[in-house]
Formats: sequence, C-alpha cells, structure tokens
Amino acid sequence: MSRFMTWVDERFPLTALWNSQWGKYVAPKNFNFWYYFGSLAALVLVLQILTGIWLTMNYKPDAQKAFESVEYIMRDVPWGWLIRYMHSTGASLFFVVVYLHMFRGLMYGSYRKPRELTWIFGCLIYLALMAEAFFGYLLPWGQMSYWGAQVIVNLFSTLPVIGDDLSVWIRGDYTISDVTLNRFFAFHVAALPLVLIALVVAHLMALHETGSNNPDGIEIKKQPKDPRTGLPLDGIYSHPYYTIKDIVGVIVFLAVFSVIVFFTPEMGGYFLEANNFIPANPLKTPSEIAPVWYFTPYYAMLRAVPSFAQTQVWGVIVMGISVLIFFALPWLDRGAVKSIRYRGRLYKGWLVAFIVSFLILGYLGTVPITVWGQFADSAPFYGADKATVVARFLTVVYFLFFILMPWYTARDKTKPVPTRVRWH
Amino acid sequence: MTHLIKLLLAALVATSASFAYAASESNVRLMHAPVNRLDDESLQRGARNFVNYCLTCHSAKYMRYNRLTDLGLTDKQIADNLMFASDKIGQTMTVAMTEADGKAWFGNPPPDLSVESRIRGRDWLYSYLLGFYRDDKSATGWNNLVFPNVGMPNVLWELSGQDKLVETEYEDHEKAMGAAIAVKGLSALEPLPGAKVAVLHLEPGTPGAMTREQYEGFVTDLVNYLDYMAEPVRNHRIHLGLLVLLFLGVFFVFAYALKREYWKDLH
Repeated sequence: MSRFMTWVDERFPLTALWNSQWGKYVAPKNFNFWYYFGSLAALVLVLQILTGIWLTMNYKPDAQKAFESVEYIMRDVPWGWLIRYMHSTGASLFFVVVYLHMFRGLMYGSYRKPRELTWIFGCLIYLALMAEAFFGYLLPWGQMSYWGAQVIVNLFSTLPVIGDDLSVWIRGDYTISDVTLNRFFAFHVAALPLVLIALVVAHLMALHETGSNNPDGIEIKKQPKDPRTGLPLDGIYSHPYYTIKDIVGVIVFLAVFSVIVFFTPEMGGYFLEANNFIPANPLKTPSEIAPVWYFTPYYAMLRAVPSFAQTQVWGVIVMGISVLIFFALPWLDRGAVKSIRYRGRLYKGWLVAFIVSFLILGYLGTVPITVWGQFADSAPFYGADKATVVARFLTVVYFLFFILMPWYTARDKTKPVPTRVRWH
Repeated sequence: MTHLIKLLLAALVATSASFAYAASESNVRLMHAPVNRLDDESLQRGARNFVNYCLTCHSAKYMRYNRLTDLGLTDKQIADNLMFASDKIGQTMTVAMTEADGKAWFGNPPPDLSVESRIRGRDWLYSYLLGFYRDDKSATGWNNLVFPNVGMPNVLWELSGQDKLVETEYEDHEKAMGAAIAVKGLSALEPLPGAKVAVLHLEPGTPGAMTREQYEGFVTDLVNYLDYMAEPVRNHRIHLGLLVLLFLGVFFVFAYALKREYWKDLH
C-alpha cells in the first residue's frame, strides 16, 4: 500500500491533498451539535447527485411524457420509487441542513474576519441551491411545477424596460412550455450541479485555509502550541476525531431521512404537494399556488410588499435584497466578539427577532393571506388582511436585523472571551 | 444558549398551532375513511368494484393489471375476473372513452384515477362517494355535498339508493357547528345572509339494492383500492423502512461506541 502511495504521490499530490483538506486538518476540539450540518450538507449533495443520475436514466424531459415518466419511475422501474423519494426528500432536507448551517454561522460569527470568503462562497452556494431547486421543481410537470414556475418567471417581467423580454428569454417561449422544460432540465442536471460542486470546493478550500471557527469564537491558530503534539492547545486532527463524530451525525441524520422517505414521503404536503399529482394544465390555474416550504419566507415578503407607482417590482426587489443581504454580513457586524456566548443582550435579542420573523414569514408563505381574517374597517388598518400586516411588520424586522447591525453590535455589552475553549 | 433554543421552540409551537387553526377552516366536514391498507380481501373487492363501476369512464393509465398480484391475486385470476377492457396482463388500465367524448358528455373529461387518492386524500374520496344526493335542478339529476355541481352522476345509485339533501338554518356559526358535529356523518356549513348559517346533511330517500352498511363497506373497499393504486409500493415501503431503521439503530450503537473510544483521550 505504502509503495503504491509513494508511486502516486510522486505523480499527484494525493497524500498532501488529503492531509491539507482533512487528514491533518487541525480543527477546534469543541464543535457542538450545530457543527454537524456542514458535513451533512455535503452528504445530501452527494445523495442528490447520485439519485439524480439514476432518475435521469428513466425521466423524460418532454411536456408530453414528463409526468408519465415520473409515475413510470414510481411504479415500474425497480427501486425507482426509493430513488425518487430520496431525491424529493433530499431536496427539502438540503434546505433544512443548509438553513441550520447558516444559523450556526450567525450564532458563532463564523462569517467574521478572516472567514469572509468562506461565507461568501456559502451564500453563493445558497443562491445556486435555490436556482437548482427551482429548476428541478418544474421537472415532474405537475400543476404546482407548472404554475410555480410560471409565477417565478413572471417576477422577472415586473422589472422595468427589459422585464418582458427577459422573462421570454428565460422561458424560451411566451408561456412555460416544452421548450422551458428542456432548458430547465439542462440547468438542473448539468449546469447548476457543476456550479454547486465548484462552489463547494471553493467553500471548503477557503475554510481549510483559515481554519474553522468554533462555538467560543476563539482563533485556535493564535494559541500557543502544545509541546507534545505540536498542535494549537485546543486543536485536534479532523481525522480520526471528526471523521468518527461526523459518522455518528450521519447515522442520526439518515434515521430522520429514512423516517420521511419510508413513512411519510409527502411530509403532509410540504415536501410533495398534493396538487403536483395533477398533470400540468396550462389552461387551468390552480386556486392557490404555493411555493415549496423552503421558499415561503421570501414568498411571504413578496406578497406583503404593496404595489406602488403601478408596478409590483418593489416586492421582487425586496425579495431579491432579502437573499443578497446575507453577503454583506461580514461587514455589517462590528461586534467585539464573534460568538453568541460572549455577546450582549442586543445581539441576542435581534437574532431571536430575526429567526422568529423568518419562521413566521415561512409559515405565512404557505397559507392564503386571508388565514387570520381581516382587521376592522377603521383606523389604523382599514380592513387589511391581518396576515399581510403581520408579514409587513416581520419583513421590516428581517431587514432591521441587517441594517441596524453595525449599530447594535458595536454598542452591545460583550463579555470577555477566554483564551481556551469551553468544553461542551 | 439554552435560552435561545427555548425561544425558538416556543416560536415553532406557535407556528404549528396556527397550522392546526388553518386546517380546520373548510366548510365541508369530511368523514373518516375506515380503510385498512393491509386488508388484501378488502383491496381485492375494491379492485373488483373499480373495474366494474369506474373503469368505463375513468382510466387508471399508470396502473398495470399484473400489478394486482400485489393483492394476492394470480395472473389467471386477474385475467379471468378483472380484465374487461384489455387482453394483455402487462397493459395499463385504459378506457375506450376519449377525452373529447368525456368533455362532450360530462362537461369535463372524467379524470384519470391512477393517483387521485394522492391528490384528494382517502377521506375526501370516501366522503365524495357517499356525498351524492338527488337534485332535480342539475343536468344529471344528481349533486354532491363534497363537490357541488360535479359533472359526474351518481353511477352507484342502484346500489346506494337516492339520498336527499336536508338543510337546517341556525342563528350563528357556533350553533351550526354544534349541529354539524351532531350529524356524525357528512355535513357542510353554508353561510347565509346575515349571521345565519345553514347546516347541510344527507338523509336516506329511496333505498337501493344494498343496505347502508353494505354500501359503506362497498365504498370503503373502493377507496382502499384507489388509495393502494395511487402508490402500489406503499406497504412494501413501510415494511422496508422498519428494517432500515433497525439497521441504522444497530449501526448507531457501534459508531457511537467507537466515537467514545476515540474521544476519551482528549481533555
């Protein structure tokens, strides 16, 4: 074995690559629960690519055959149902894992200097993932696929001057059609997976260059070296310590994944919508077009913003900025410390307000705006839908979390950061 | 930290509570379909009911006849008893009626029923099939409490008999809701001008060839079958899921022990 490795290493830096990226990568020893979601995101990416390849073997990107081919996969292809449910469940769990991973970054200040590029690559992954999910959702060619795509592409047509041409350019047609299905298929199975993989590689290379943050926000690289090991005092090799720890995390994750795949693959209509079992019908608009749950916070914001000066573009702009604003985070945060453990009440309060807003907006995006009824027809709300008013308020909270960040993080009363990590 | 988790959990509870609120808003109070996905005899009877009564207008074009071997039938039994529209056991359940015919005769082509249960759900199908009543104002002479003004006539009326619609007015929503619950079967609320609310429910009229219990059993079998047909692999899926979880459980014990062993050296 070692002779073989020597032979390889003289020609390709395999051992060096393994050591720099994982084997001899020194990580803080105090990773907690929240640190499982990075490796889990990588796992889900691999699962999606593998199940996706096998789905492609039987799926037909053709408006006449797409719906039928999915049923064919579910019924006639050996194990097709399992591959399909893994892929549909994996899509939703990808977002679950990524949202938790991002939340971890917010809590422990993982985006702060010197990890700005890791964070930016991560935000790009999130954007690419949204595009990947959007393109993929058209492929089953059900009613929700069709009308969801119609709604999203129409968002682009609200842009001034270029809007209409742009939306036609995206669809390749005046409505969502076979042409659109074919190009979305191309994006979903070729273009975006390549982009995603490239971004993940960049994300990991950047991370392994700076070293990982940890729940205490302590830079272990600045610690003195342990004379016995030559590693920073709170540093350990990823292999075998985090290899085995992540395997435990993977098993727990796979258990959750399996419960959904085998016992409730529709997840009550949140992972697979009932209306998407109706084949796409361009002549019949469903009464309620709801996006899949992972887009609903943004959808709720889109709906909450009123049209103004005879255009609805404002909602689209708000929705766009609400995603893009994550990129600015490393420069908005002026806090003296990274981790929430040593932050003061101001940051903690705003973070909670932000998360609660995000969750409630997410819920509101899944229901009609009439869900909570209307206010009385008098001041101050004049019969407006309660849900719309709440969504507007939460949208403001969402943005204030970012906009006011330079102010409240700088003012916040922080606690002193210890020199060594706390065990947890 | 634990503080933060508590707050987040509270937010989650609040959100799920509002979900429950949203779910109870519908006007029709559906009945619960008493189906048993493991009851092969019920499924076989349901398949018989389906091919005899539904499969003239409704296709199930993704369902192959030989898939019915799932239900404990042999190819020969299927070919002899259940195949009227086709002669090849590997074919899917198609019908001779074209979409254009369907549209001309019923206003809308009868939908393919392969995955209908995944769209509507068992309880809806069960309530719908028991929701027909006589209505002289409609084109077919029939109407439906679950699907008002549906194009489909009550094709099972010779079995079910002909139910009548009963409409009772109540002063407010609360009283109407109480009455609707007291019906203990299919009922619907309909807001009237003012605060008044009408409760609609069905009562037996002219009896059919079956008693009420027999007919409910007939519909139960049919819905059970429709539900099976929407996802034939379901029983297998659930069975396999238990094995997978068992495996993961065992794997977890070993992986966790190994993790403990490695990590015990770190301080």
